[in-house]
Amino acid sequence: MHIDQTEKKWIWVTIFMTVIMVGVLTAYAVGSNIHPPSGFEPIDSTRLHLSEEFAEDNLGYKDNGDGTGTLTMVGARYGFYPSTVEVPVDTPIKIRVASADVLHGLHVPFTNYTTMVVPGYVAEVNTTFQKTGDYTVMCNEYCGLGHDHMWSRLKVVEKTGS
Amino acid sequence: MATTTASMQENLSSARGQNSVNIGLANFWVALVFMTVAVILGVYQVAERSGFFPALESPTLYFASVSTHGVLMGFVLTTFFIMGFGYYAATTSLKMPIPGKGFAWFGFWLALIGTLIAAVPLLTGNASVLYTMYPPLAAHPAFYIGATMLVVGSWFWCIEMIWMMAKWKKAHPGEAVPLVHFGNTANAIMWLWTTIGVGSEALFQLIPWSLGILETIDVGLARTLFSWTLHAIVYFWLFPAYITLYTIMPKVIGGKLFSDEMGRIAFIMLLVFSVPIGFHHLYMDPFQEAGWKFVHMFGTFMVALPTLFTGFTVIASMEIAGRLRGGKGLFGWIGALPWKEPVMSAAGLSMLLLTFGGFGGMINASYSLNTMVHNTQWVTGHFHLIFGGTTVIMYFAAAYHMLPRMIGRKLHSASMAVTQLWLWFIGMLVLTLPWHAIGLLGQPRRISSAPYDDPLVEQWNIHEASMIVGGVILFISSCMLLWNLYKTHSASPEEQAMEYAEPIHPAPRVPHLLNSFAFWNVVIAIYLIASYGYPIAQFFLNQTFGATTWGV
Ligand code: HEM
Ligand SMILES: [Cu+2]
Ligand SMILES: [Cu+2]
Repeated sequence: MHIDQTEKKWIWVTIFMTVIMVGVLTAYAVGSNIHPPSGFEPIDSTRLHLSEEFAEDNLGYKDNGDGTGTLTMVGARYGFYPSTVEVPVDTPIKIRVASADVLHGLHVPFTNYTTMVVPGYVAEVNTTFQKTGDYTVMCNEYCGLGHDHMWSRLKVVEKTGS
Repeated sequence: MATTTASMQENLSSARGQNSVNIGLANFWVALVFMTVAVILGVYQVAERSGFFPALESPTLYFASVSTHGVLMGFVLTTFFIMGFGYYAATTSLKMPIPGKGFAWFGFWLALIGTLIAAVPLLTGNASVLYTMYPPLAAHPAFYIGATMLVVGSWFWCIEMIWMMAKWKKAHPGEAVPLVHFGNTANAIMWLWTTIGVGSEALFQLIPWSLGILETIDVGLARTLFSWTLHAIVYFWLFPAYITLYTIMPKVIGGKLFSDEMGRIAFIMLLVFSVPIGFHHLYMDPFQEAGWKFVHMFGTFMVALPTLFTGFTVIASMEIAGRLRGGKGLFGWIGALPWKEPVMSAAGLSMLLLTFGGFGGMINASYSLNTMVHNTQWVTGHFHLIFGGTTVIMYFAAAYHMLPRMIGRKLHSASMAVTQLWLWFIGMLVLTLPWHAIGLLGQPRRISSAPYDDPLVEQWNIHEASMIVGGVILFISSCMLLWNLYKTHSASPEEQAMEYAEPIHPAPRVPHLLNSFAFWNVVIAIYLIASYGYPIAQFFLNQTFGATTWGV
């Protein structure tokens, strides 16, 4: 077995680099509590309209009264509903999304609001929108021939004085 | 005298791998012809999706095309190329014929017929579910069945590789298996482990569900099983590229391999770490807990190590050759390298593309940064760069090197080959750099038009235009490739042996762990159970709700 001196050094350098990268990522994720949407929460996608939470009338943004909010949305071919929603800036929001039909992906460019929307499972994203403005909610996973047309509007507005 | 010529002839013919010439050629040509078809589709796609040509607009055609393009590039080009490469490399390095030749041919035909069966629904728009075939969008059953046949066909190749390694070791007790075959066998074993995921998805979920035997399908389970395959498959594609860099390139440029043992270590690490880390494709999915995603992220960074080792060994091998050829100074050796050799140019360009692509890969692999790029066009840009670029350019190099040796002729034109490789390199950069940018500007993946009411859309146009230029350059390049290889079949005869690089420190014997996969298979099994056991079991331990069938 022969490993060259220089190569040995290189091996240590690469291990060191990897440890640093993983360390930074871990510290950041744990320290700032930033995690991708996760959690096992089955739901019957064919009966969303009968569920309390995802029934049409209950979708949209709700102020929790403690400086945080909850946003509930449904993805279905070809749109995200409600098709326009308004949320306050600088407010921690728990977003819950379900699919009424096939697999979708949801992303809002220049925010951290991204998740897959998987039939049969509730997706939950916790985020805070930091800049006011009009954003587009886009579907980013192929969901059928109308996939391009699957988008809706998110308006991040000033907080109403409370 | 007569006997010497006869035995010389025999040596030459085994060095030329006579026994694997037909199966090698058949696999290479299937791979390259389908690739060219897919490149043409690719050019159509960049044009259609740009929105510059209103007459082209058609989601129906577009998604049939992307589905076909993805399947041809991801499954067909790769599988056939890898099989051809493996057979030819095995016979020429082990100096033995393929055992059970009919068995090998059976696998080839199974894979080819499977491809043709899948092509029918693909081309008629009945399988526009893209190459990832995510349920509950359902394709015609022929698509799943054809794709499964292709995979099962590749298993015959895997068994051949393992069989040949075992046979060779029996005949050469205690000797180190030649690195090139050690790599191909590592890939074969890895591919068997890898396909358990998508294989179970196809057999227990997709096929019975598409035939109507199962009414619903658990999408969470399906995606988890697919993720099992989704990462390691890219290493299946990459392996022949690395093998070429380790074992063929140093020889062609007149140097030596820097380290045989490091090659083995890299191959073993790729084998062990590739499969159990698929959750980096599920970072943005609900239905798996954050802790599991974390565990898979650690593994994902581990699998970067063998690539970093490879980079070192390959560049060090180049430096040795450069200095042997009289190159001096810190960088002088680079100029002294034989850049007119296709294999050399390809290797250099491939390493450059790998540097760009590896950087992007680190971002994708990051548990938190992934949020920014997930399912945007950044991702498609990234894998075109590293798969269509780094990997495929080495396939070209291997084809330029092996095909003339298989048929005992001179390559039609080495300079045309070098130009072709440079064009591919430039085309890939012109295609993929704006593709990354457009992703950072928010463009979602897999769209055939951009009907969003958002000022961002205007910022995309310039990048779309550049992508079309890149596509056309790549198309020209792929035509040059086919033409050159086609003309090689009628070029002047020239017998050249297929030889592999010697390491600087010859390693006739290596530690047992670097010469056998038995122990590593146990490690993989344990690692897989640890990383996928509960995440799969949870779908059976809890009540879940399947999705019904949806057409596109
Ligand atoms: C002329 C060259 C090429 C062009 C213009 C091109 C273009 C495209 C386009 C526009 C897509 C659709 C991406 C999306 O919206 O998600 C695509 C998908 C794909 N390409 Fe290429 N491509 C080319 C070459 C290649 C090569 C050489 C490979 C690999 C060997 C490759 C592999 C793939 C795969 C696997 C997909 C499927 C992606 C998906 O379904 O999301 N392509 N290509
Ligand atoms: Cu959608
Ligand atoms: Cu991966």
